[in-house]
Amino acid sequence: MKVTPTDMAGRHLGRTTRRRAAEAVVRTLVYAAGLLSIVILLAIAVFLFVEARRSMSEVSLGTMLTSTQWFPTGTPKIFGFLPLIAGSLMVTAVALVVFVPIGIGAAVYISEFSAGWFKEGMKTVIEFMAAVPSVVYGFLGVAVLIPWVKETFHLTSGMTALTGGLVLGIMSLPTVISISEDALHAVPDALRQGSLALGNTRWQTIYKVVVPSASSGIFAGVMLGLGRAIGETMAVLMLTGNAAVIPGSVFESVRTMTGTIAAEMGEVVFGGLHYSVLFSVGLVLFAITFAINLAADLVLERQRKRWRR
Amino acid sequence: MSTRTRRANTARTIEAFMKLVTGACVALVVLTAVFILGKIVVSGLPGISLDFIFAKPAMGMRAGGIFPIIVGTLMLVTLTALLVLPLGIMAGIYLAEYAPKNLLTRIVRLSIANMAGVPSIVYGLFGLAVFVLLMQIGKSMLASALTLTCLTLPVVITSTEEALRQIPSDIRQAALALGATRWRAIYKVVLPAAAPGIVTGSILGLSRAAGETAPILVTGAAFFLPTLPDSVFSQYMSLPYHLYVLATQVPNVPPEVTWGTAFVLVAGVSIVSMFAAGWRSVQRRKVKW
Amino acid sequence: MVMSAVVEEAVMDAPYGVAEPVRTIEHAAEEINGSFSLTDVSVAYGAETVIAGVNMLVPTRAVTALIGPSGCGKSTLLRCLNRMNDEIGNVRVGGTITLDGLDIYQKSIDPVDLRMRVGQVFQRPNPFPMSLYDNVAFGPRTQGVRKRDELDAIIEEALKDAALWDEVKNHLKKHAFELSGGQQQRLCIARALATKPEVLLMDEPASALDPISTQQIEDTIAELKNMVTIVIVTHNMQQAARISDQTAFMLRESMDQPAHLVEVGETKRMFTNPDDRRTESYITGRFG
Repeated sequence: MKVTPTDMAGRHLGRTTRRRAAEAVVRTLVYAAGLLSIVILLAIAVFLFVEARRSMSEVSLGTMLTSTQWFPTGTPKIFGFLPLIAGSLMVTAVALVVFVPIGIGAAVYISEFSAGWFKEGMKTVIEFMAAVPSVVYGFLGVAVLIPWVKETFHLTSGMTALTGGLVLGIMSLPTVISISEDALHAVPDALRQGSLALGNTRWQTIYKVVVPSASSGIFAGVMLGLGRAIGETMAVLMLTGNAAVIPGSVFESVRTMTGTIAAEMGEVVFGGLHYSVLFSVGLVLFAITFAINLAADLVLERQRKRWRR
Repeated sequence: MSTRTRRANTARTIEAFMKLVTGACVALVVLTAVFILGKIVVSGLPGISLDFIFAKPAMGMRAGGIFPIIVGTLMLVTLTALLVLPLGIMAGIYLAEYAPKNLLTRIVRLSIANMAGVPSIVYGLFGLAVFVLLMQIGKSMLASALTLTCLTLPVVITSTEEALRQIPSDIRQAALALGATRWRAIYKVVLPAAAPGIVTGSILGLSRAAGETAPILVTGAAFFLPTLPDSVFSQYMSLPYHLYVLATQVPNVPPEVTWGTAFVLVAGVSIVSMFAAGWRSVQRRKVKW
Repeated sequence: MVMSAVVEEAVMDAPYGVAEPVRTIEHAAEEINGSFSLTDVSVAYGAETVIAGVNMLVPTRAVTALIGPSGCGKSTLLRCLNRMNDEIGNVRVGGTITLDGLDIYQKSIDPVDLRMRVGQVFQRPNPFPMSLYDNVAFGPRTQGVRKRDELDAIIEEALKDAALWDEVKNHLKKHAFELSGGQQQRLCIARALATKPEVLLMDEPASALDPISTQQIEDTIAELKNMVTIVIVTHNMQQAARISDQTAFMLRESMDQPAHLVEVGETKRMFTNPDDRRTESYITGRFG
């Protein structure tokens, strides 16, 4: 007996072929869309590299990474990334000092000491802080923080690494708090009960049991906050004064990698050497944030596996 | 007093102290948020009027309104949405419904997580190199929208996947058992059920995109334009870039103009995203599976 | 019981449990349909064989109950009949399963077509999150029925067959989640009936329901067996005895070996005079 697929459902003759074709088309499209993220991420790396090639052959990556001076339009032109990297690191370090203790402290309070309605309310607050665009943080910094820093520390200018770092720290708080809070929340209640039953106070439970159990998640939150701080552009561009000198202290003006790209890309000749050098800066930035994010993601994945069991 | 009780008392004191310290962290966060909101509302509100919203900038952007800037932002976000939603939703469907548990899927997930962490200025560089120069679209709204599409894609994918995973698998089974193909089951049953989550997540992502400055700075946003953009290949003015320009590039701008612009930007972005977030949590509570 | 002579003969003559595939059904396919024949059926999840050596017939327009302790593979075997196991990766089905003489696992068979002929009702009511009308219309629409009056007629008929029509006829636009659990399950039955299947698979359809709803479902099943072949998985002995014509008892005697079919036969005989000692102990409640 010869059987064709349409025989299976005699009353739907002719529909099967069309339906199968449609299903195949959709499947192809969906798979293609699924792979798009890999394609884009690879394309970012590839095109940064392609555009940066000229600078690598004319200036060399070694020179760019080790030279301590940045004079892109001087004679002779000097393209040393060290002042920019130092600027980014110093701003990020200040941010870290702000967001790590405050972020983790707030996450602990929200997760361990507060009631349901308070958690909901804090979600809204965090949501709001994350929603405010970075240019607005920059503008608020210009209007409020720059004069404050100038007066408080008796400086000639309020545009310092400290100013940028403080604002970056505030901007990274939502990331750190929400991811740390998730990690603390994921710790099973049984662990807390067990510790409390042994006669530990809540705080002893928190720092002996809960925080260590959530440590990888908290670490990931800090890493992601760090990645956000290093990659942030507008706020630092508006607040740090952009002097391309290796800073001696946080009270000096700095120029970050992101700020350099944003400020100078408008003035370069497309395809020129300076243009290509800025792509090299972008490549360094991409590599740093990529490493940070990868680390955070691997740690988060490990944590997810841990509680699934 | 025995050592035991003394130790317990010390522990209790430490606990009270730490509760105070962590509570202070929360208070600091809340105060910062309140300060940001309050400062923008108090300083921005006086500058807001119908004229400010519906008039063109005048006197070198130091007076008049910000109508073309609002329109430019809305057009850019709409175009971005048209590009990113189909791609992101399909990729989310792939992850939630089709992806096998293998190395490739793991790499896809890693890529998405990493895309979310790529600095926005790097997206700007990518957009400049690929869309503006290589594809010769030029500095334009389309180039910016394509750039923002890449930037928003991970948010849309993640929220789509999350929303789809909330739908219990037994209604997929029911659809399949009725003779529906996999796609029909997804398209007619699972996707509509997940729609609130997908929509709100996407709105959150798009409202972030609306506030981005760095990527559009290098791909098409204009310092000043006398007219509204007439096609997707024109340059355009945009709220976040305009705020940057007013705050740092134009001297002697009256404060109510700058603060007014900041107010409109923050109000737009945060009201939309907080409504979306609120609606999502209501939806989650309402539908019990 | 409405049963064609051909099948009756085949069912009654074949020794239960070791049935040969019944070729005679092919000839009678025009008058009657919806009978399964299982020959040496086995199921494996990856490397582990969970069911082996199942031979049985499922007669048309009768109720066949699959009973056995939990974890014995009743539901898995049930899901072989509409190839829902295909949707879980890593499942292999061995042996032969024919529906009216047609091997449902052969290459040319699209499981999607098969499922239009073999409907399923699940353990927990699983209505779609949409109106009653759209729930029941889902199957017909999948088959390409678009005309409103045609749909209306199918839906009314399906809801009547599932004994839900009188309760909901004025509320067809209501969201399915507003129904009670028992109503939801009858809605799911109506939804399955609207595709006009020849077989209805039911996987413990009343296990999540209260006694009154269970009673209603059982009454519905009794009505339905005049129209479709029913295979029902149940852990409730009384239910199997009340509603089924044929009963199959499955058992997995240890976790090292696959489940198998201990005995299959007419329900009345199985419950009064089982051939196998293990069937007797299970039915009388010594294990399970």
